[in-house]
Amino acid sequence: MKYQSQKVAYAYFIAAMGLFAIQVLGGLLLGWIYVSPNTLSEVLPFNIVRMIHTNALIVWLLLGFFGAAYYLVPEESEREIFSVKLAYLQLAILVVGTLGAVGSYLVGIHGGREFLEQPLWVKVGILVAAVIFLVNLSLTFLAGRKTAITNILMMGLWLLCLLWVFAFINPDNLSLDKMYWWFVVHLWVEATWELVMAAILGFLMLKLTGVDREVIEKWLYVIVATALFSGILGTGHHFYWIGTPGYWQWIGSIFSTFEVVPFFAMMSFAVIMVWKGRKNHPNKAALLWSLGSSTVAFFGAGVWGFLHTLHGVNFYTHGTQITAAHGHLSFYGAYVALNLAMFSYAMPVLKGRAPYNQVLNMASFWLMTGGMAFMTFTLTFAGTIQTHMQRIVGDYYMDVQDQLGLFYVMRFGSGVAVVIGAILFIYAMLVVRREVVKPGPVIKDAAVPGE
Amino acid sequence: MSEILTKARARNVFYGGSIFFVVVFVALTAQSHRHITQTATAGMELTDEVRHGKHVWERHSCINCHTLHGEGAYFAPELGNVMTRWGATEDPELAYEILDGWMKAQPSGIEGRRQMPSFEITDEEMRALAEFLRWADQTDTQNWPPNDAG
Ligand code: HEM
Ligand SMILES: [Fe+2]
Repeated sequence: MKYQSQKVAYAYFIAAMGLFAIQVLGGLLLGWIYVSPNTLSEVLPFNIVRMIHTNALIVWLLLGFFGAAYYLVPEESEREIFSVKLAYLQLAILVVGTLGAVGSYLVGIHGGREFLEQPLWVKVGILVAAVIFLVNLSLTFLAGRKTAITNILMMGLWLLCLLWVFAFINPDNLSLDKMYWWFVVHLWVEATWELVMAAILGFLMLKLTGVDREVIEKWLYVIVATALFSGILGTGHHFYWIGTPGYWQWIGSIFSTFEVVPFFAMMSFAVIMVWKGRKNHPNKAALLWSLGSSTVAFFGAGVWGFLHTLHGVNFYTHGTQITAAHGHLSFYGAYVALNLAMFSYAMPVLKGRAPYNQVLNMASFWLMTGGMAFMTFTLTFAGTIQTHMQRIVGDYYMDVQDQLGLFYVMRFGSGVAVVIGAILFIYAMLVVRREVVKPGPVIKDAAVPGE
Repeated sequence: MSEILTKARARNVFYGGSIFFVVVFVALTAQSHRHITQTATAGMELTDEVRHGKHVWERHSCINCHTLHGEGAYFAPELGNVMTRWGATEDPELAYEILDGWMKAQPSGIEGRRQMPSFEITDEEMRALAEFLRWADQTDTQNWPPNDAG
């Protein structure tokens, strides 16, 4: 750790991991309710648990991004954070707001726009926290060295905070409500968050591979250009059937198809940088998560996104388990795994010790990634059958769901793997003080083929 | 891409192009806004009762089980066309009666069947909710869903 103030990232990462645990446990309960629907149905109905599951996810990812920003901006700008106190104040507001939101969901106080159910005071709290964050980091950024990584990171964070304003705009007209709702939801995950992702990935590549900064930064600008050029008008893929004009079917189909490009580019970027890099960085777990994140993001967002993004396909698959399959793998690959990559990289540095916990950490990668992949397959099969029976044959929704039980049982099983993986990850980050498997001897110039 | 595409050039393309796409997007959004209010949802007046119904819908977080125009959770049936399924698109009284009967019968308690909670909803709110669902149903959704099953 070069700068003392980077330490605030530690508190952000701890809070993020706490919410991560709540998120996956909520998810496991939801998966179980699909299998055994009478579970807790009177005390804790599905909709309440789902709000906790999705909100905890979004907040912990944001906490991870904020923590990552507090970690990397000092290092890139070559100076301490403007105010450490403000950074902790911001975290306190976010944690109190989130726990307050979870508590109020449990007693039945909430809004009713998907993902934006937070009571007004929590929404305002998030806004205040965002302002503190932007002020604090912008002052750090402006005073110091400016790099492409921090340029892109700051731009992404500014824009995503500005888009939060649309969380307050809830028109009475349902179709308008939906249209502006996507300004938060789509323009977050398929535009501004991608800038944050690219910047963090670029930082990790810089540290882990030792590739020249010039090369990395040029790649970054190309990646984020393709992200925004496709992602902004790509919003049209949500404007097919909600009362918006028909021309979105063309604009949405064409531009959202190009949304695959930045995800492909980020995967190629990571692989090529690792290939080119000569540095043998000891933190193999962070490297695994970085490569894994960009690869799974390409499949979850790129491949599974394209699967249902053309309007002719989406007409039949819209709002089925296909959507659920895509939502899970894309969030996991692009944003969950990326955050875990950053935690894996930064935690040992913040704790001032060698990356001890790698074997368990890498085991947790395979458990979680395997589990999420399997979950995606089961939901995709379920969604395919659902699409056929309900949208083509015209069978009633509940009758179709009755036919899908086996897939939901398998999905629950994959959820168990993910939860075990998540707990193992947190354990490896926080508890383990020693490597569990002894590494072999280092062989210098071991490039002897064919042995 | 080393010679022609320098870092500075890549950055400028990124900034310039992004501004261009934002401008196009804002213009199309403005046009869509007008289309929604003047054409797509103009089939039925957006009365105070419909507004009230939307708030009832939101207060109970129906969206976290059901989809509405295909958006929401995938745990319970699509409701954007539920009034079509009930044959009540043109009949406020019928819409209210069926909805009221349905809601009051929940939870079904049937073993192994997904459960819908019982909500505390007054008669006035129930009428408003029925009107909101009738209003949603008349939206021009480009003929989605493909059939009445939703
Ligand atoms: C990391 C990036 C992405 C994330 C986190 C993500 C996440 C999601 C989520 C959660 C939904 C469901 C929203 C709802 O509740 O209604 C969704 C819907 C959708 N996504 Fe993505 N997505 C990503 C990238 C993409 C990309 C790149 C494409 C296209 C190539 C795409 C295509 C779609 C489509 C077409 C829908 C609507 C599905 C429907 O009609 O039901 N997504 N996405
Ligand atoms: Fe999208």
